[in-house]
Amino acid sequence: MSAIFRRELGAFFTSGIAYVFLAVFYLLAGVFFNMYTLSTSTADMSGMFSMLFAVIIFLIPILTMKSFSEEKKQKTEQGLLTAPVGLGGIVLGKYFATIIMYICGVSIVLIYALILSYFGSVDWGILFSNYLALILLGAAFIAIGMFISSLTENQVVAAVGSICSLLFLCLIDILTNYISIDFITDILNSLSFYTKYYEFTCGIFNLSSVLFYISTAVIFNFLTVRVFEKRRWS
Amino acid sequence: MIEVRNLTKHYGDKKAVNDISFTIEDGEILGFLGPNGAGKSTTMNMLTGYISSTSGTVLINGIDILDDPIKAKSNIGYLPEIPPLYIDMTVKAYLNFIFDLKKCKLPRKEHLSNICELCKVTDVKDRIIKHLSKGYKQRVGLAQALIGNPPVLVLDEPTVGLDPKQIIEIRNLIKKLGRTHTVILSSHILSEIQAVCDRVIIINKGEIAADDTADSLSKKISADHRLIVRIEGKKDEVLYELRKIPGIKYVRADMEREPGVYEYEMEAEEDKDLRREVNKIVQEHGWPILLMKSSELTLEDVFLKITMGEGVESHLNKLKGTDGGKKQ
Repeated sequence: MSAIFRRELGAFFTSGIAYVFLAVFYLLAGVFFNMYTLSTSTADMSGMFSMLFAVIIFLIPILTMKSFSEEKKQKTEQGLLTAPVGLGGIVLGKYFATIIMYICGVSIVLIYALILSYFGSVDWGILFSNYLALILLGAAFIAIGMFISSLTENQVVAAVGSICSLLFLCLIDILTNYISIDFITDILNSLSFYTKYYEFTCGIFNLSSVLFYISTAVIFNFLTVRVFEKRRWS
Repeated sequence: MIEVRNLTKHYGDKKAVNDISFTIEDGEILGFLGPNGAGKSTTMNMLTGYISSTSGTVLINGIDILDDPIKAKSNIGYLPEIPPLYIDMTVKAYLNFIFDLKKCKLPRKEHLSNICELCKVTDVKDRIIKHLSKGYKQRVGLAQALIGNPPVLVLDEPTVGLDPKQIIEIRNLIKKLGRTHTVILSSHILSEIQAVCDRVIIINKGEIAADDTADSLSKKISADHRLIVRIEGKKDEVLYELRKIPGIKYVRADMEREPGVYEYEMEAEEDKDLRREVNKIVQEHGWPILLMKSSELTLEDVFLKITMGEGVESHLNKLKGTDGGKKQ
């Protein structure tokens, strides 16, 4: 697993995806930091965080699109699958490498907070709750993106598929406005990624939300393992 | 040692591999021969645990590849048809990655440099794989399979894309490895199999069409009762004398190869050694023999005939023209 983790992390940089991801993320985070915090002269960063929710919907698929589809296309997966490593090791190695890459991106908000603390008082509690929420959300989205990448050998299909799926997950909230059947709205609400994220940006730390994100990540990683298992058996 | 029992693989309705069984002993080099789409790669993929079998078992040194895949796989070095290379990496970084991936315990630097030497990739080890020629990529693929010194090597068309000199080098390397490893290699190039392998399995349409040593496969089919001879002398006289040999079936004169020298093709009944008879005749008449060879079939002929839809048995029987035909 550690070999795959290290190779994957290196591959983000050799393929240039890391630079694209980091540049776009830093740019957009900077723009929103300026728009919602600096130009309004507050120490409140929650405006930026709620915008970052939308940003990562489009940026995470860039990180995950090639994780498995590229392997399949280049036939390198044959090397991985015939090496003495378990499927779980392969999937998790790639997963954690992507998470680290993602954390490199989102950690820029900590630097913004440091800058801010120089001018005013930053509520570190809310900040870390936001930061944690962003990471947890990313962890769930990355698992979904990698699952979709394992289904295809075309990177574009993987990227578009992931963006659509993630967008759909966020549109669940809008759907609830149009449905008046109680128990369906209840289900949809409890599946909402945004509501849970929004609670974090308000400074509410809800353990069940943390579990929700983590279990999403676990389920989709499990499904990715099953995709490989199934291909081996069919 | 590899044991394959009743291995079958279906893709939907299509039977890619149908009920094949064989055993490969330690230190044996086995050649897998077959036309494209015969099921060579499918079989190799099942041996290495890349895909599962529909039914049947594969034992690698006694370990079932499906029961304990990790342990079984650690005994195998696999070079697939398309080498699994990360083209953005340098050769050195890639081989290091494979070293880690296989959780290799050998001294890293020494082991890797040995393998680089063996596969002759030392001078490109700092180059990015993407920029290497096909032959070099193939050799990096081979190097990758050798890492960790696995006792079983499975090589799918290892010499594809190499130039003739490299092919000979790789063949010699495989022969050398065959002394200490169990090697399976596939090819559709017969001369390669003949040059390298102790044993040949001809596979066609997912089934084993023949399983024998390379020599005996071609020997079985060659025969001393069919000869090609070049004799210097008058054509009609030679023909007349040759036709007097008891038990001869036919003698045909071919074209004039050198001035006054004709080539004769003849066949006698089976287990009749024509060579001595012919020699006796030419000695009596003082005709010099300029060439004599048994018109044995090359492995190429055998292969073509077998894969044209005939079993090896019926083929052999037809060649020998004996009563073996009853068995069919």
